[in-house]
Amino acid sequence: MLQFLLKRFLQAIVVMLIISLLSFSIKDKLGDPLREMTGQSVSEAEREVMRDEMGLNDPFLVQYGRFIKDALHGDLGTSYFHKLPTMTVILKKLPATLELTFAASLIIIFLSIPLGVFSAIKPKHWFSKFIMAVSIVGISIPVFLTALALIYIFSVKLGWMPSFGRGETVHLFGYWETNFLTKDGILHIIMPAIALSSIMLPLFIRLVRAEMLEVLSSEYVKFAKAKGLKAGKIYFKHALKNTMLPVITVGGVQIGIMVAYTILTESVFQWPGMGFMFLEAVNRSDIPLIVAYIMFVGFLFVVVNTLVDLLYGVINPTVNLLGKSK
Amino acid sequence: MSLLEIENLTIEFPNRHGTEVAVDKVSLSVNAGEILGLVGESGAGKSTIGNGIVQLLSKPGRVAAGKVTLNGEVISGLQGESIRKIRGSKIGFIFQDPMTSLNPLFTIENQMVETIINCLGVSYKEALERSIELLTKVGIPEPEVRIKQYPHQFSGGMRQRVVIAIALSGEPDLIIADEPTTALDVSVQDQILKLIQDLCTDLQVGCILVTHDMGVIANVTNRVAVLYRGKLVEIGETKDVLGNPQHPYTQSLISAVPLAGKKVDRFPLVETIESIESGLKSIDVTTHWLGQSSQHHNTDDLLIIKDLNLSFLTQDAFFKKNRKRLQATDNVSFSVKQGESFGLVGESGSGKSTIARMIAGLQQPDSGSIVYDGVELINNPDKEKVKSVRQRLQMIFQNPYSSLNSRMKIKDIIAEPILYHHLAKTNEVEGIVGDLLDHVGLGRKSGVKYPHEFSGGQRQRISIARALATRPRLLICDEPTSALDVSVQAQILNLLKDLQDELGLTMLFISHDLPVIRQMCDRVAIMRQGKILELQQTEDLFEHPKDKYTRELLDLMPRFDDLTHDLNANSHV
Repeated sequence: MLQFLLKRFLQAIVVMLIISLLSFSIKDKLGDPLREMTGQSVSEAEREVMRDEMGLNDPFLVQYGRFIKDALHGDLGTSYFHKLPTMTVILKKLPATLELTFAASLIIIFLSIPLGVFSAIKPKHWFSKFIMAVSIVGISIPVFLTALALIYIFSVKLGWMPSFGRGETVHLFGYWETNFLTKDGILHIIMPAIALSSIMLPLFIRLVRAEMLEVLSSEYVKFAKAKGLKAGKIYFKHALKNTMLPVITVGGVQIGIMVAYTILTESVFQWPGMGFMFLEAVNRSDIPLIVAYIMFVGFLFVVVNTLVDLLYGVINPTVNLLGKSK
Repeated sequence: MSLLEIENLTIEFPNRHGTEVAVDKVSLSVNAGEILGLVGESGAGKSTIGNGIVQLLSKPGRVAAGKVTLNGEVISGLQGESIRKIRGSKIGFIFQDPMTSLNPLFTIENQMVETIINCLGVSYKEALERSIELLTKVGIPEPEVRIKQYPHQFSGGMRQRVVIAIALSGEPDLIIADEPTTALDVSVQDQILKLIQDLCTDLQVGCILVTHDMGVIANVTNRVAVLYRGKLVEIGETKDVLGNPQHPYTQSLISAVPLAGKKVDRFPLVETIESIESGLKSIDVTTHWLGQSSQHHNTDDLLIIKDLNLSFLTQDAFFKKNRKRLQATDNVSFSVKQGESFGLVGESGSGKSTIARMIAGLQQPDSGSIVYDGVELINNPDKEKVKSVRQRLQMIFQNPYSSLNSRMKIKDIIAEPILYHHLAKTNEVEGIVGDLLDHVGLGRKSGVKYPHEFSGGQRQRISIARALATRPRLLICDEPTSALDVSVQAQILNLLKDLQDELGLTMLFISHDLPVIRQMCDRVAIMRQGKILELQQTEDLFEHPKDKYTRELLDLMPRFDDLTHDLNANSHV
């Protein structure tokens, strides 16, 4: 176990180094940060002095070396716009995005598994055919269109749902703002979560269905039938657990992608999270914040995938995290 | 009254083109404590009968007619819950492959206890006690510990024991064993069959044993039913049916089985199964392209293997001393003479296939040397030379279903090695491929078809034609017939023998099937755990085995020579 984590840690370092190099190397291509930071009144000479002070005139490798050194101390630079350390800015926005992703994941888990299992068990039922048809449509509609449609129908026409922002939130432990403890907060998170889940949900329904169909044709399911077990036990004990193995693997990757998708959802719903923040940072050429965001999301990917691999090892006894023989 | 009575059972598989009758008006019965063998070739409907009894047919199969009675109670036509209560509690099932019939994610305890609770309705504690009792009965050591383990922690034979224990856990009156030992080694097969036999006698349970292996039938069954294309052609006491078969199909089927006891020149063919196209153009190998092999050294030993070592890493670790390795081949040395058939025998994991793969260049040995036709193949800097001799060394693989590219036409599959090695002019290739197809008994017209249009035996012919396409001197046959039915096996083995005579081929024949080895090989090496234990002339080895393990293998080999002795003495099929 410890050895697995150590191995993972070393891999993570390599991954983070590659991400840092990539994200840092695009920084020169994003426009002049000075133009955003300073007004018209600042002269070219003064700008040059500022550039020197900020180290923007140094060679690339020197800048990169400095960046890595600071990053190792937990300092990913200072946002040009917010005038705050980028990590502080990101951590402040983090809860909103994580809660949104969490809510969307809940929707996906609680819909995709029952629907996928149902359509695998009864493939000829009209409802299964309906699910499959809808999921094709769902995959083809882009997230922002779903979001706009939701706002148009439920906020503009029916007036049932708030259309933007987080609404009323509660502070937890002095730091974490949560939507889940007030009625208003929950109302606010519903539509963004639906929009965010809309692209992944059909994919997962189809994945669960396909895996379940495969498991149902396996020998051990036939053997379970021959043992005289009840259908419910065969489906939900023997088949479902095996079905979940590949779903978990794919799920791990998709959660990371979903965090990235929040950029679209958050900007449509004015959700004050990391995605919205990133879009603003791009508009303002706030390079340290952009770089820090990319690094942070990369880090999130690594962490989530490690957790998923651990979970996989717990569920599947044949997997040995170290490749050790039994 | 018998335990199980089947009357006029008919099972159909409707498809687009109409209805296929898989089982046609079969009637048979099983008594308590008796083992009834159900024998036939693939597609004869023997497994379908077993599945049909408890309605586990795969879709769209259905029982179209007939009556199944268990203990005087009609169970055919039962629906849903009522048939479910029969499964497990009244009729237990054992499937072919113990590697796949247990759920990999649950412990043995979990899978056994749920069955017992489900069938007998006892408490968890009692079910657990019963499970441990059953595991002891089927011969699992330390059942209290082993029951907490997962299926992957058991070997194949041990898993099949667990499967048998689970099949027994609902205290059924009848057990249907569908090829229970086909996936197992000879020594394990023997143990499992003995176990089933003992359990049937002790518990007075009836058993239907579905198998294609005549040796198994001869050794364990009391009575046997022979199926041919869904019809029951013969049923009776095992010794009567095997010793004095009445139906022509049974007669030819029995004569096609390779005998362990004596060597014959050719295998009698089962004509009723798969007719070879007649009137094919046969080629005169003395003048044909196929016979004009390029020059080679006239050495006595075509293949010399010396101190071959290969180990696989089974446990990785940071420090070298903590790593664990499995010695797949351990200082193996032997040589194969020009024109002889050399057999390599062993149980799974003995390293026999690994040697074949190393000779064919699919795997690199850790150390040792392989000299083929006077050229060192291992770490030889002269790559061109190695390539040119390798071309005269071809391999035929075990599974004809996966060793042909399903997206290529047959003629392209066979032409590929010719074109790759520039062995013939481009405009001649088509003709050569056609001749090859004729020669292996498929006919040149079949060249435009794709692999899925052929049966297993025909596919193996294609593999042979492909192997011949480089005009090899050495053919490595890795279990070439173990995926085939006995009648088809006879055809393929005959073909290989003919080719060997005509072309003067040298053969390295790898198999776990001792009777086949006896029929095919001049000399045999017995392997175990990567080592060669004994190397002898085939006849000497079978008559006077020196090594203890060889004797054990020979003893365990299921044979029905004794039973069919009369038949072979009297008739010449």
